[in-house]
Amino acid sequence: MELRNDNENKSLLGQVDWLTVILYAILVVAGAVSIYAATYNYERSSSMFSLTEFSGKQFLWIGLSFVIGFSLLLIDRRLYEAYAYPIYAVMILLLIVTAFVAPDIKGSRSWLTFGPVSMQPAEFAKTATALALAKLFSTYGFQLKDFKSYAIAGTIILLPILCIILERETGSALVYTALIFVLYREGMSGFVLFAALCAIVYFVLVLKFAASAIMGIELGIFIVFIIIMAIIVAMLLFYCRSFILGRNVLLGYLGCGLVAWVLIALGVPVNGYLFFGLTIGASLIYLLIAMFHDDLRKVLTTVIWAVASIVFMFSVNYAFNNVLQDHQQKRIKVTLGIVDDPKFTGYNVNQAKIAIGSGGIIGNGFLNGTQTKLKFVPEQHTDFIFCTIGEEEGFVGCTIVLFLFLALILRIMHIAERQHTAFGRVYAYCVASILIFHLAVNVGMVIGLCPVIGIPLPFFSYGGSSLWGFTFLLFILLRIDAGRADYGNW
Amino acid sequence: MRKDYNLEKRKYVIGGFIVVVVVIYVIRLFNLQVADAQYRESAQNNALLYRSSYPSRGQIYDRNDSLVVFNEPVYDLVFVPMDVEPFDTLDLCTTLRMTRDEFDDKWNKLNDKRTNRNYSLYTEQTLMQHLTPDDYGRIQEKLYKYPGFYIVQRIIRQYNYHVGANILGNIREVNDRDLERDSAGYYSPGDYTGDLGVEKSYEQWLRGRKGKEILFRDAMGKIKGRYKDGAMDVAPIAGNDLKLSIDIELQQFGEHLMEHKIGAIVAIEPKTGEVLALVTSPNYDPALLVGKERGKNYGLLSADKNKPLFDRSIQAAYPPGSTFKPSQGLIFLQEGVIDLNTAFPCARGFHFGGMKVGCHGHGSPLPLKPALQTSCNSYFCWGLKKMLDNKSKYGSTAQAFDLWKQYMVSMGYGYRLNIDLPGESRGFIPNVAYYDKMRGKDQWSALSIISISIGQGEILATPLQIANLSATIANRGYFYTPHVVKEIVGEGPLPQFKERHYTKVDTSYYQSVAEGMRMAVTGGTCRKANIPGLDVCGKTGTAQNPHGKDHSVFMGFAPMNDPKIAICVFVENAGFGASFGVPIGAMMIERYLQGDSPGLQSRANAMAATWTMTHSTSPIEAANNTKYTKPAGGTPGSASPASPRAEAATVPATQSRVNNGTKE
Repeated sequence: MELRNDNENKSLLGQVDWLTVILYAILVVAGAVSIYAATYNYERSSSMFSLTEFSGKQFLWIGLSFVIGFSLLLIDRRLYEAYAYPIYAVMILLLIVTAFVAPDIKGSRSWLTFGPVSMQPAEFAKTATALALAKLFSTYGFQLKDFKSYAIAGTIILLPILCIILERETGSALVYTALIFVLYREGMSGFVLFAALCAIVYFVLVLKFAASAIMGIELGIFIVFIIIMAIIVAMLLFYCRSFILGRNVLLGYLGCGLVAWVLIALGVPVNGYLFFGLTIGASLIYLLIAMFHDDLRKVLTTVIWAVASIVFMFSVNYAFNNVLQDHQQKRIKVTLGIVDDPKFTGYNVNQAKIAIGSGGIIGNGFLNGTQTKLKFVPEQHTDFIFCTIGEEEGFVGCTIVLFLFLALILRIMHIAERQHTAFGRVYAYCVASILIFHLAVNVGMVIGLCPVIGIPLPFFSYGGSSLWGFTFLLFILLRIDAGRADYGNW
Repeated sequence: MRKDYNLEKRKYVIGGFIVVVVVIYVIRLFNLQVADAQYRESAQNNALLYRSSYPSRGQIYDRNDSLVVFNEPVYDLVFVPMDVEPFDTLDLCTTLRMTRDEFDDKWNKLNDKRTNRNYSLYTEQTLMQHLTPDDYGRIQEKLYKYPGFYIVQRIIRQYNYHVGANILGNIREVNDRDLERDSAGYYSPGDYTGDLGVEKSYEQWLRGRKGKEILFRDAMGKIKGRYKDGAMDVAPIAGNDLKLSIDIELQQFGEHLMEHKIGAIVAIEPKTGEVLALVTSPNYDPALLVGKERGKNYGLLSADKNKPLFDRSIQAAYPPGSTFKPSQGLIFLQEGVIDLNTAFPCARGFHFGGMKVGCHGHGSPLPLKPALQTSCNSYFCWGLKKMLDNKSKYGSTAQAFDLWKQYMVSMGYGYRLNIDLPGESRGFIPNVAYYDKMRGKDQWSALSIISISIGQGEILATPLQIANLSATIANRGYFYTPHVVKEIVGEGPLPQFKERHYTKVDTSYYQSVAEGMRMAVTGGTCRKANIPGLDVCGKTGTAQNPHGKDHSVFMGFAPMNDPKIAICVFVENAGFGASFGVPIGAMMIERYLQGDSPGLQSRANAMAATWTMTHSTSPIEAANNTKYTKPAGGTPGSASPASPRAEAATVPATQSRVNNGTKE
């Protein structure tokens, strides 16, 4: 055993996935250079590596990251699996403690301060959660089948979310929702993803088109009704594979639509709620009767889905107005283009778009950007670092950065699929999912496609905690992956 | 371990998701960065501040290179609202010598967008303008206590000679109308522009060219550096200095003579058309329209019944009276109406068909020269009648009159002479259409308009036009367009002032008219102008007018055969030409050709002390009675003022007061 360990250590460097390390190195260095550009001062500028500059500090964190990373590679990979739960437990405790002892910084209580050093435990909780989830799925006989298994997996994901919400870092908490991809990969019904997609589409449509009305109802509601009807027909045809039901319902909808259209053309007012209520209601009653002659479970699922959709649709406005906080509502409205508020809520995004848009194809050149340096873009070296890339390196630079991230994520998924253990695979998918969420949301908010959610761009945004958090995540993966050849040897 | 290949396919869903997201983002970036140019523009508007850098305005010298108008730095107390921190208001009030109420009132007005349209958190707001050196010293010392308050330097116009406001003009902030008219887009709100006088007419040379600085401005509006290290900046180009044709001491002397009188003096150097003095009375100290009291003083000057802002030398159109007669003589000679021997009778006036134009007692009949000498009305009435009635030559009275008008226009009457000052009046010479309209077609005749021959009736002329006639006679037949700027330093004189204008009268006829005017001085109406050794030629005028007593007018030039100065003096409602016009004109000629002397000075003082004004408050008196507020910026006393008035207006030099200020 000891001998084999020696062998394993000797061949370690050969086993490490160097492509990932190279992508990582390119991203962190590009990040520090961007931080230098973002915080460059016309009046006094010192070297990129000077510790008085943010970039200098970031280079220091990067150096330490490599030390941490290679230290992580030296640890026996079995330890990660063995101590996954204790690490998770300690991390949850730390999050809770942080929520109560941390000072209030800009409304959040997520920073632990030890003298001159402060760190954000939430950044490290991702690794712990990923390990715990991996450990759960590698437990003998565990399968995502029954309620109990969903409940355990869900709890592992929900605990850090609750703790981080307690720290009032909603953005960081939302990152864990990305782990739904892992559950999906490990057997969760695809229906959940489909439902999530439907929920997002309904939400956006209902809010976006709330202002205009058609047939006496909001345009958003009208569109969602039509979509629900289309999906019912599609589900009957492709999910239930029942041509007859699909055809009958479709013809029924078309017939009702024609009648309504003729009535409206004749000047008879037709109320939208009445129309859709009668049409969809009738179709659902028909399906409830017809399902006994068909695939009962699947038709029933379709009916339940339709009813849930309608309930969700009607709850959107209520939830939006009563559950979300004021500033969250505003951010969403700005993103959806419902309100235009370039001075206040929309200021960040508007300035970010200006900065990025001013870059053109090849950008203004390194250190020649004006918008970020002159502080028009807030949080320019942290959450909005992508602006500097857009402004100075242009469309080409942005695309390269996006493709580097894409390459890294796809590489991690490739690594995931080549694992022999559920532990390795699940952990790798956790890493990929977290990166997907960060990339999609951070870049999305900077270019105005997502509401502003304050999470960093991995490897780029300034900050030791964030950088080290991702370093832990990635190098533990590399360590687990480096030992894959030994599968079955222990 | 069991591998579920069904589940493994799900990697394509997850991978597909992120690929789709990245593709959507790339498309979005393409739209933002490549397809849409508006963001680049917004970025420039965000980050670049185009700031003008102001050149120094040209200074103004007189014909003898005495500095008349110059620039002086003054100090304003400003604050940038963003930078102001809570301060001890009471202490600041004490420092500024304001009461708490005054300060609060001012402060609230400045910090309210409704009352201060230039308000911005990030730009300088002026709290106190033109600090006295005393205030400057006191405030400067305490300024460290008040972050956000600064003292900034500005430039104002200062005057070495407190005369010639009508010539010099002044500067003021551009108004909305200026900005509308400024098609070239040179001015921005807050810029200064010339108002009145040469400051206005030579604005484009005096102002120089503004420079442009392109600066980086951060989100807070703070300046963070120069765009491209100043490579795109444009340096300001200083304005050209002006060299006036005015003899500033003669101007001062002329204004002194005209004290307590209403009227004008125009003195021209005939050989060049250069205006030596352009006096209007009453007038005002140009320094009154400088700095923070400008608005108030301008209001008082506008309201003054004696209209000191009205430049009578070029803007007032008066009946020229008998000074018109030499021009008539010239036309008659040219048209062959008379020759030098033609004599017309005068029986104490012109009597014909019930028409009577009175005259005074002198010999009769008279030929042209003695007629000029005695200023015989009858002679010129007969002359005009003969000309206009000569239907065989001209076809009709109307055609003859039309020709007559062309002569007058060629001598500079009826239209603007286009002197290089704003607001010139064109005077009035009626034409055929005018009489047809006013009196009916063919309803007028030589007889009914006969009084125009002696410069009455409808005829109006500016003192400048009369002086120009004098200069034309002095030159024996030509004139240069009168102008007050001899040279734009660095650019030379303007070409239009280098062009001789000949009249329609042959130069050969001028000599006799000049001789007639000489006789008027030696033995006629202007004997008081007979200065030994100067060979003055002259013509008086006593212009009847609807406003009261006759205007006293003198027109003349000297020396007769080498004329150096041609002059017109016009004193409103002062009686005979001989009583005010002639002595003032003579003293001006003497002052210019022979220089100052104690005798002249005492005569001038006596003249200055003589009142002809009906409204007793002259702005000059008022200025000394502090009705008009002196600018606080200090008026330097580097020039030794010749007149008592100028002395009274002079306050201690700026320099000494600055010293006092810092000693405190």
